[in-house]
Amino acid sequence: MIEAVGLTKRYGKTVAVDNLSFTVPTGRVTGFLGPNGAGKSTTMRMILGLDTPTGGSVHIGGKSYRDLKNPLRTVGALLDAKWVHPNRSARAHLAWMAKSNRIAAKRVDEVLDIVGLTAVAGKNAGGFSLGMSQRLGIAGALLGDPQVLLFDEPVNGLDPEGILWIRKFMHRLADEGRTVFVSSHLLSEMALTAQELVVIGRGKLISQSSTEDFVAQATENTVLVRSPQLADLRAALGRAGVSIRDEGDSLVVSGMDIAEIGELAARSGAVLHELSPQRGSLEEAFMRLTGDSVEYHTDIADEAAALLSTEGVKR
Amino acid sequence: MTLLAVERMKLLTTRSPWWCAALALALTIGFAALMAATADARVPVTVGASQFGYTFGMVVVMVMAALAITTEYRFGTMRATFLAAPNRTPVLFAKTAVVALVAGVIGEVAAFGSWGITKLLAPNADLALQTPYEWRAVAGVGLVYAVAAVLAVGVGALVRQSAGAISILLIWSFLVESLVQLIPRVGDDIHRWLPFTMADKLITGDPDPSGRDVVYGPPPSDAALGPWPALLYFAGVAALVFAAAVVTTNRRDA
Repeated sequence: MIEAVGLTKRYGKTVAVDNLSFTVPTGRVTGFLGPNGAGKSTTMRMILGLDTPTGGSVHIGGKSYRDLKNPLRTVGALLDAKWVHPNRSARAHLAWMAKSNRIAAKRVDEVLDIVGLTAVAGKNAGGFSLGMSQRLGIAGALLGDPQVLLFDEPVNGLDPEGILWIRKFMHRLADEGRTVFVSSHLLSEMALTAQELVVIGRGKLISQSSTEDFVAQATENTVLVRSPQLADLRAALGRAGVSIRDEGDSLVVSGMDIAEIGELAARSGAVLHELSPQRGSLEEAFMRLTGDSVEYHTDIADEAAALLSTEGVKR
Repeated sequence: MTLLAVERMKLLTTRSPWWCAALALALTIGFAALMAATADARVPVTVGASQFGYTFGMVVVMVMAALAITTEYRFGTMRATFLAAPNRTPVLFAKTAVVALVAGVIGEVAAFGSWGITKLLAPNADLALQTPYEWRAVAGVGLVYAVAAVLAVGVGALVRQSAGAISILLIWSFLVESLVQLIPRVGDDIHRWLPFTMADKLITGDPDPSGRDVVYGPPPSDAALGPWPALLYFAGVAALVFAAAVVTTNRRDA
């Protein structure tokens, strides 16, 4: 189990991680979700003792990483697949890691086999594709047969086959009773991979819950209404005090369930052509929750608005 | 002990130390061969002259030592190392010990190789190793290389960039120390206390004129201390830089 309490990291004036507290439970895949620049990598580096927190603390099974004896046997991590000397062979890379934590040399061949790199074990890691590098990084994380595994954006840049492999692999690790903590900015991926979610934005905790609860809580359920008497219906709904959004020739209603809308339509004598519930997606939930906390906003929306208003003036 | 083995594995499973070792030996021994081959009756070759090229080898060894740590930062393997061994001080000690040992071995092979090839090419020259000066001039090269390697690892750990670390080491050892002499009045006095001048004292200092003419060796160092205290002084400077590197590495985010 990983437990962070009030974790904070400042770089000068910039606060990268802000009073972050969360727990990562055992035996599950926990997703660590946030937009780029939210502080996911910094948090992971603090968990692993690479960066020193400005405040707060983080413990793995009750101990801080720097106090672990032979840490690779407790925690396996893949932060960056490129942390390998390009002129060193895959086997030599794993060999020094194994040696450093008194792991038997034969374990090197075992993990190479698990990730399917046995055939290229003698080749220099610099010539590896991203997918192969990622596999080598995972082999390194598995070397000490650790109970806790951390992966930072493991599917970044992988092809669909590689993504599927990693996803299955993580589920297998969690099924074996291990703690798996995996960061990503890809929501669709996390929806399929993670059972639990820790969501952050601008270094702050946004939510911690199961993936299902996150989607249920964060996405509002709306109802799509199509009708030839749309204006009447809009007026009636407006009087009922629900929020309405126009979408083409239909209305999207939130805050009223499907039965109530149907009854209201009947009372106001409006014919309904469609009345369908809209389920929110994880993407929507994520955008809603982190919308304000994206570190580097692309100002497309603002630019578009500015463009429209100037054109309006010309006209 | 485990960490020493790890650092040995890391150093010797990449190519650059092997290339550096080969280059250091080729430069020093090659230079000795050149000296021996061009010697004649008017300018006889001596033990001191056989070690003329040791500074070239030293520069290459320092490059190797600096690269041993800067490439680890460059490729992120330093972080992988700190993940495997979160206690950073022993990691730096182990790395420095391994690099210094390799540098020392290169130095001894280079020195005795230079001496040997001189003997081979100038069989009539007097090249016996008899006096303390002659022993220092040859066997001392390994010691100087080892200390220089410690210094270079320290600079490498502080700067963390290959180009920066190598520039600092080259400019310091080749340019700064000789250019200091150009400063009016105090230049020479400062020069006598600079670390590489001190290191040079062990190899070229206090020539023993009793047996034979030593004029034909490299110019004796003008360092302020005797040969062995000078080496200690050089080692002290290296230790200071290394200590600064240890403190900084522990404080810094990896």
